[in-house]
Amino acid sequence: MKSAKFDHQRVSSLDEALQALANADGETRILGGGQSLGPMMNLRLAQPDLLLDLSRVGGLDEIEASSTTVKIGARVTHARIEDGEVPGATGAYMQAVAAGISYRSVRNRGTVGGSLAHADPSADWPSALLALGGEVVLAGRGAERRLPLDGFQTGPFGTGMEYDEILVAVELPQIGAAAKWGYYKVNRKPGEFADAIGAIVLGASPRAVCGATGSAPFRVSAIEDRLADGAKALTVAEARDMIAAHDPGFDDYELQIHAVALSRAVGRAFA
Amino acid sequence: MADGGATEGSAGKRGIGARVLRKEDSRHLAGRGNFTGDIKRPGQKELAFVRSPVAHARIRSVTKPAGFEGVVFTAEDMPGMQPMRAPSKLPGYKGADYPALAMGKVRFVGEPVAVCVADTRAAAEDIAQAVTVDYEELPPVMDMLAACDADAPLVHEDWGDNIVLETFTDDDFDSIADRAPVVIRREYRMARQAMNPMEGKAVFAEWDDRTDQLMMWTSTQVPHLIRTGLAQFLGLEQRQVRVIAPDVGGGFGYKVVLQPEELVAGWLTRHLQVPIRWIEDRREHLVTGANCREHHYHVAIHASPEGRILGLDCDVVVDAGAYSAYPFTNGLEGAMAHGNLPGPYKLDAYRCRTRTVSSNKPPLLPYRGVARPGVCYAMEMTIDALAREIGVDAHKIRSMNMVEASEMPFMSIAKKHFDSGNYARSVDMAVDMIGLDALRQRQGRPEPDGRLIGVGMGSYVEQTAHGTSVFSSWGVAMVPGYEQATVRLTPDGGLELRIGVQSHGQGMETSMAQMANEVLGIDPEKVTVTHGDTGMTPYSTGTYASRSMVMAGGATSRACKVLAERMEIIGAHLLQCERSEVTVRDAKVVSATGSVSFAEIGRVWYLNPDELPDDVDQGGVEVTMGYRPEPDSGAFTYASHACAVAVDPETGEVEVLDYVIVEDCGTMVNPMIVEGQTFGGATQGIGTALLEESGYDAAGNPTASTFADYMMPGATDAPHYRIDHIETPSPFTEYGIKGMGEGGTIPTPAAIGNAINDALKSIGAEVTETPFTPRRVRAAIVAAKGEAA
Repeated sequence: MKSAKFDHQRVSSLDEALQALANADGETRILGGGQSLGPMMNLRLAQPDLLLDLSRVGGLDEIEASSTTVKIGARVTHARIEDGEVPGATGAYMQAVAAGISYRSVRNRGTVGGSLAHADPSADWPSALLALGGEVVLAGRGAERRLPLDGFQTGPFGTGMEYDEILVAVELPQIGAAAKWGYYKVNRKPGEFADAIGAIVLGASPRAVCGATGSAPFRVSAIEDRLADGAKALTVAEARDMIAAHDPGFDDYELQIHAVALSRAVGRAFA
Repeated sequence: MADGGATEGSAGKRGIGARVLRKEDSRHLAGRGNFTGDIKRPGQKELAFVRSPVAHARIRSVTKPAGFEGVVFTAEDMPGMQPMRAPSKLPGYKGADYPALAMGKVRFVGEPVAVCVADTRAAAEDIAQAVTVDYEELPPVMDMLAACDADAPLVHEDWGDNIVLETFTDDDFDSIADRAPVVIRREYRMARQAMNPMEGKAVFAEWDDRTDQLMMWTSTQVPHLIRTGLAQFLGLEQRQVRVIAPDVGGGFGYKVVLQPEELVAGWLTRHLQVPIRWIEDRREHLVTGANCREHHYHVAIHASPEGRILGLDCDVVVDAGAYSAYPFTNGLEGAMAHGNLPGPYKLDAYRCRTRTVSSNKPPLLPYRGVARPGVCYAMEMTIDALAREIGVDAHKIRSMNMVEASEMPFMSIAKKHFDSGNYARSVDMAVDMIGLDALRQRQGRPEPDGRLIGVGMGSYVEQTAHGTSVFSSWGVAMVPGYEQATVRLTPDGGLELRIGVQSHGQGMETSMAQMANEVLGIDPEKVTVTHGDTGMTPYSTGTYASRSMVMAGGATSRACKVLAERMEIIGAHLLQCERSEVTVRDAKVVSATGSVSFAEIGRVWYLNPDELPDDVDQGGVEVTMGYRPEPDSGAFTYASHACAVAVDPETGEVEVLDYVIVEDCGTMVNPMIVEGQTFGGATQGIGTALLEESGYDAAGNPTASTFADYMMPGATDAPHYRIDHIETPSPFTEYGIKGMGEGGTIPTPAAIGNAINDALKSIGAEVTETPFTPRRVRAAIVAAKGEAA
């Protein structure tokens, strides 16, 4: 199939993009790396009237680290993260995640901001970054707005962003050199979207994320409490009970592989 | 042991047996192939099809968008275009005409209802999106077993039931029931899947007023059959149709049938007088076009306590979809299942019922291996179940029951005439190669990662290059006869070779040239192989059924031999000696005292005929010869595959750790091509075993319409295959060649399934449904443990 007709506007500044968003009367989609939106448009599952192309907008592809946080521009590609451009232990964690996203030619174009805004439940970044915690930075008609990653994704392909806002960056905590983390993805083939994700980051306080849920990823409080109490392992049976308490709507197999993913993510964190 | 490497023939040998690098690779590796999709003409139009979104419905009305009435066509708008009909002479067969565009009713999601013509594909899709069709939905038939129920909805109301074809054989079954104390019963499913050649279907059609011909470039394996079908269903004379298959990016059986889109493109170019292009996209391929496999089995093996298989009792159901594709019919799969279930084994008794049923899914098409991956899987999985039951190694049960080399030729209980080979030797060699003893020791120790190791095997025989008598017995309208080849010496001593089969990845431009080299000694680089063009090549039923190397290769050999005789007459005259004193060697006619090159012979025949002898054959240096093996009951290739897998009992994931193949396709023309074909086939078998599934929901909607949902095996799924060969020449074919293009796909699901079940032996779990997805493996484990987790 071929995409339905659409207008393509390559803007050169954020202001211009926000103006175009405000003026648009049909459906407008923001083009990041286009690795998800492109196929959806070609299948005519998405038929926007206007595609706002941010590839010429300056200032969206920077990685700025402070002693406590690292701010990653929305247009930073998975490949740059895979290649280690994000510093510190946060960067090491993200590097491991990025290396498992699809295959290299997709990673060369796909962006972290696009992935967060697209909010595909099976994608890596929504789950992986929820385990880090932090905030997304949104530009809009008014002042810059920030939303915590906790609660940012509201459902499948749904976020707390307004229609006229643009995700410009994500700001993440520096987890420190000694911090432990573990990420485990169950998928049918290397590079495929996940069937289950377990993400564990032991930063200021432990965070445990159950991802690829069919909806928004969620934190599993009982696992976080266990880790805070000093536990260094989690059995699959324990993980099943703790995940089931969140009533995620899984069938038995889905519950099993999500439990395995979290159990093994804990195992990797302490390996 | 061979390992897939490429080396040119030793000592300059470039004929049969040499690992000659493929001539066609230089253009493909450089991206300079010429595929249907590469063709462009001024004024060309593109097509988009309006396809049914429902599985089963009556069409109340089709409304064309205002202003586009002249570029939207339904079946009613296309007088003269007939539904495709693939007749069968099998008793009781109920054929279903396949309309290129739906006529009154749709019977599967994706069935073409109307076609839209525009300058670009996107514009045509815009029009298609604006066409509205009013459907009166009917209950669909989505499960092959439910389709057999008396109260099932009817796909074709006038049939009275959904049975396309039923076959039944009972060869003395009751006589053995009493003396076979061990009975192993199993039920298996093999999923529906899609074929996924790299290039999907592609058509470019243009009417040529100069020749008064429909010119159709199309991605096909069978250009001559497409011509015959186009002429028949468009009401043209066959001389008015020329079909050219340019470079074709894989077929696997998808391209042995006439496609609705080919018919539509042919009609439109004739009536609109513009070039018409249609390129299938992957979604169309996955949803509407390339469905295959989908069998259900009840199998019972009756055996002695030692493992001697006495009888086989089977009930097979094949889901053939809504229509019968031209020309091979949708009865072929069931008929072949019937004939191939007993495999390489000697049985005292065989009872088999097959039912081929219609459903609201796309027509079932023959896919590489045709029926045999299913029957091999059902038989070989049950053999391993027998082995576990009686505590005998499965490979010993195989060896003990196989037809022996000393018994060849052998008529099997399913009336297959095995020609040659040592079947049990392939089992023994595969057992050695996979290292069964070491694997058994490894299984005795827990793996550090908690996974379970299993080893499994699958063995098969494959009837290849079967001819007139076999196809005739299947009742299809199209029966292959003598395959022909034309060879023509050029004035400068090169050779043009024209064959009616079509090469779409098999490397025939190389292997056929090697055949010419074998007879004439001519450098394969000096041989131009022309194929896939009805205007240039002898009529052929085409490339399918692992037949081309035997049939077209045999014809090439025969034609080259006659050409050699004619050149000997000329050469002897030029050498001033008797015909009996010369021979053809190294592209020369050679006598004891001198030689004449082919170039010299070409010069004399074409340019200086005054130098020709009086007794020259007036047919000249161009020869067409036909060939078929005698008897034409087929040359039987066989193989044993063995593999080791690791099963993650917590997730159900399966990894293939090692995979070995021992095969015998008789005389190998190019062992490198044999190995490449085998590895490719085995990788498709891994897809069948572990990944690929064209699923449907209860309403008949396909659940795998893109590669996000349809899992194809890729580089990370293909193990490093190890292969070894046995070379037992067939006594029935030219040079003892047997066909081998399909075999790699056949035993892979069985070998992997057996390895998984071996790994799960300690749990008592078994998988019985392909693909063996993590979910299915895990479900088997949970069921065996009687609890979750």
